[in-house]
Amino acid sequence: MDDIVTTRQQIEIDSHSINFGPQHPAAHGVLRLILELDGEIVERADPHIGLLHRGTEKLIEHKTYMQSVPYFDRLDYVSPMCEEHAFAIAVEKLLGITPPDRGQWIRVLFAEITRVLNHLLNLTTYALDVGAITPALWGFEEREKLMEFHEAASGARLHANYFRPGGVAKDLPAGLTDRIGEWAETFPKFMDDLETLLTSNRIWKQRTVDIGVFSAEQALAWGFSGPPLRASGVPWDLRRSQPYDKYAEVDFNVPVARNGDCYDRYLIRLAEIRESLIIIKQCLAKMKPGPVKVADNKFSPPKRGEMKRSMEALIHHFKLYTEGYHVPAGSTYSVVETPKGEFGVYLVADGTNKPYRCKIRSTGFAFLQAVDVMAKRHMLADVCAIIGSLDIVFGEIDR
Amino acid sequence: MADETPAEAPPPEPTPLERLGHAIAALPGVTGISIHLGELQAAATREGLIATMTALRDDPRFAFEQLMDLAGVDWPERAERFDVVYNLLSVSLNQRVRVIVATDAETPVASVHEVWPAATWWEREAWDLFGIVFSGQPDLRRILTDYGFEGHPLRKDFPLTGYIEVRYDEDRKAVVYEPVKLTQDFRNFDFLSPWEALTTLPGDEKVLQARAKG
Repeated sequence: MDDIVTTRQQIEIDSHSINFGPQHPAAHGVLRLILELDGEIVERADPHIGLLHRGTEKLIEHKTYMQSVPYFDRLDYVSPMCEEHAFAIAVEKLLGITPPDRGQWIRVLFAEITRVLNHLLNLTTYALDVGAITPALWGFEEREKLMEFHEAASGARLHANYFRPGGVAKDLPAGLTDRIGEWAETFPKFMDDLETLLTSNRIWKQRTVDIGVFSAEQALAWGFSGPPLRASGVPWDLRRSQPYDKYAEVDFNVPVARNGDCYDRYLIRLAEIRESLIIIKQCLAKMKPGPVKVADNKFSPPKRGEMKRSMEALIHHFKLYTEGYHVPAGSTYSVVETPKGEFGVYLVADGTNKPYRCKIRSTGFAFLQAVDVMAKRHMLADVCAIIGSLDIVFGEIDR
Repeated sequence: MADETPAEAPPPEPTPLERLGHAIAALPGVTGISIHLGELQAAATREGLIATMTALRDDPRFAFEQLMDLAGVDWPERAERFDVVYNLLSVSLNQRVRVIVATDAETPVASVHEVWPAATWWEREAWDLFGIVFSGQPDLRRILTDYGFEGHPLRKDFPLTGYIEVRYDEDRKAVVYEPVKLTQDFRNFDFLSPWEALTTLPGDEKVLQARAKG
C-alpha cells in the first residue's frame, strides 16, 4: 500500500461557463447559448440550436406544392408573408408562370406591411432586452393594427397562407386599401414618438454604440444580408439589385450605415420602416383593379360560384386540392429580401406534384453563427444587445 | 438542322450570364456549366474544390464574396448519392452561381470554411441531416437534431415519422424516449394519376403511329 504514489494535480480554471437560455426572455425564442466567461467578459459563445427543429424541409418533401405554403408562415412567424413570397417565386419560376399585375402589387404591399410589422417587433423587443420597456408597449399596439390588415386580407393574423404560387389567395376586401392609406398617414407620428424614446436616449446609446462591431469584410465573409449587412456599410438590397415582382417600379432609398455596431443596426431598421411607408403609398397609388392570380385553373383554384355551375371548374378544383399541379423538373434558388435579410428557397423539382428537395436558406442562421465572433471580449450584458440587434427568430433558424 | 440557318448570320451576342458561365467553365476544377431559368449552375470536382472556390472568391471577374447557402441533396439511386450545393453571391458584381459537387456517404468533401467562415454551420447541417462528411472541418458536430440523435433524417430512406418519439412522463417526472408508435398508419397517397400524362388512350395506337411518322 505504501508504494502507491498519489499525485495531486491542481488545475486552475479562470473561465467558467454559463447557460444562456433555452428559456431566457432575451434569447428571442429557444436559444441555448453556452457562454464561456472570464469574469464578466465573454470568451466564447457556442449557440446550440435546433430546439425548435420541426423537420420542415422533410415535411415539404411529402406535401404537394400548395400544401407546402403554410409551412413558410411558421418559419419566421414575425414576417410570415415574406417567407411565402420566396417559395411562391421559386415555384412560379419553375412553372414558368407570372402573376397578374394586381397580384404582384398586393404582394409588394403586404411584403412592406410585413416589414414594418417585423421591424416594430424587433426594435421594441430589442429595446426591452436592454431595459427599455415603453417601446414594446407602444409598438405592440401599432403591430395590432397591422395584424388586422393581415387578417382582413388573408383571414389570419399570423399564419396567413396568402402569397400562393401564381399570385395571392384572394383579392383585398373592399375598403382595406383606404384603411391602409389612412394608417400610412398617421403612422409617421408614432415613429417620431418611438424615436424620441430611443434614438438620442443616453442609456440606449451607451448600451448599443460600439457594441458588436462588424466590418464590411466580416459581414460579407459570414454570409450576412439585410439590415446587419447594410449597417456594416455594404449597399446591398435585393429589392433594388435583383428586383422581383413590382419592386423595379417603386422608388425608395436603401439606408446604409457605416459603423456596423448595434446602434447602426437599430438606425437602419428605423429608416427602413420609413422607406416601407413610401413603398406602401406607391403601391396604393399604382394598384389597379384586376385579377390577383393566374387565370389558368391548372394552377389556381376556380371561383366557388363557378364550381356550382361548371363541371370543368369542379374537376379542376378537385384535382388541384388532391393531386396538385406537377412542376417540371429543374432547380432554382430564389431569394427575396425579407425584413431580416436574404431568405432563399433552393427548390429541386423532379416533375411530380411534390418538391424533391426544398432547402430553406434562413437569414438568422448566418447571423447566429457570427455571434461567437461578434460577442468576443464583450460584457455578458452586451450579448443581449447583440442578439437583439441581429433580429433572430428561431422558427426560421431551426426550421 | 444546322445547314438551314444562313451562314452569314453572326452568332448571338453572349449575355453577361453566358460570359460568366464560360469564364467559370474554364476553371480547372469545373466540369461543366448550365444555364437554366436564368440561373447559372456549375458542376465541380471534389479534387481541387478549395482551389476552385478560392478562385471564384478572389478572381476579380467572379468576386463571389459571399457563400449564401450550402445544401445537400440526396439521390439514392446514384452511385455518388449526394449533391453538395453551394450558392454563391457577388454583391460587388451582382451575380450568382450555384456550384454542385457530388459525393457518397463515405467520401469526404473538402470544407470551405477557410474560404468563407460562414460555411461551418451549413456544413454541420449537411452532416447532421445527410451524413455528408467534410474534411478539414474542425467542428463537425450535429446542429439541428436532438442531443444523441442517430441517423440522418433528410436522407430519402429515412422515414418521415422517424424512429424515436419524446414525451414527458408524469409518473417518472422525466422526459422519456420511446420508439415511435403510430395510432394510425402513415398515409402516403399515390397522387400520380396516369390520366394527366397519358395522352394516348388504350386502343388509340393510330395516334402513336401518326406521331412516329412526324
